[in-house]
Amino acid sequence: MSRLVTDKPVKVSIFSTPQHLCAVRAVADALCRALGFDEQSTTHVVLSLDEALTNVIRHAYGGAEDQPIEVELAALGAPRGPGLRICIRDRGRSVDPSLIRSRDLEDVRPGGLGVHIMNECMDFVEYRSAPGGGTVLTLVKRLGPAEGDTAE
Amino acid sequence: MSAESQDSPVRQVRWIGRAAVVDVEGDIDLSRSTRFQQSLLEVMDRQPERIVVNLTDVGYMDSSGVASLVKLLSRARRQGVTLRLSGLRARVRSIFEITRLDSVFEICATEEEALA
Repeated sequence: MSRLVTDKPVKVSIFSTPQHLCAVRAVADALCRALGFDEQSTTHVVLSLDEALTNVIRHAYGGAEDQPIEVELAALGAPRGPGLRICIRDRGRSVDPSLIRSRDLEDVRPGGLGVHIMNECMDFVEYRSAPGGGTVLTLVKRLGPAEGDTAE
Repeated sequence: MSAESQDSPVRQVRWIGRAAVVDVEGDIDLSRSTRFQQSLLEVMDRQPERIVVNLTDVGYMDSSGVASLVKLLSRARRQGVTLRLSGLRARVRSIFEITRLDSVFEICATEEEALA
């Protein structure tokens, strides 16, 4: 397994500018490959992370480009097999997690697809209000079967 | 500003009769999707009979890029213009499948097929 995979998470701090999205995608892509994810799973993780960050920029920060976003990517090991956990912390406007849901895909119109993509591509998606304001979004992708997955 | 301007993901627009073939390059994410949409709608303003969006050189697209294409599709349908996408790489095709838009867009393997 690659030296990129250790028991310590990779931490990336960015500003809420869309110009930084490609850098975070590159980190996630490299980590997925190091963990042994196949092409499809890697695509799903990278896309979900991108959509999550896009939502933070657009909704939590209302498009402001100078606000902090912290991304933590941690390799998951035994006992449930290899996987990747991503935590995204913003300090923007909090949204009631119970109100975050994907929209009807039959309604073909621009926008509003990010939550659907995350739910479809990841094994675990959880929004939590963060102490001190903002939101922590946790995404988990397992290498193997993901029945009844949790963030642990 | 023309569709083929330097900062646009649209590299060039080639006209084959009344069909516009739009060559796109690079990643399309939130940092470029607004310009992408603007460029696409500029092509529509030139009143083609058909638009082929050639995505061969696009390595990545997120939902903001897809939203630009949905907007173009909506306008194309209103104006009776045929819109086809061609040359999607696996990673780009994925987002159309995940959002089930692969059954909404006409997706062709090659530009030749899209122009046929």
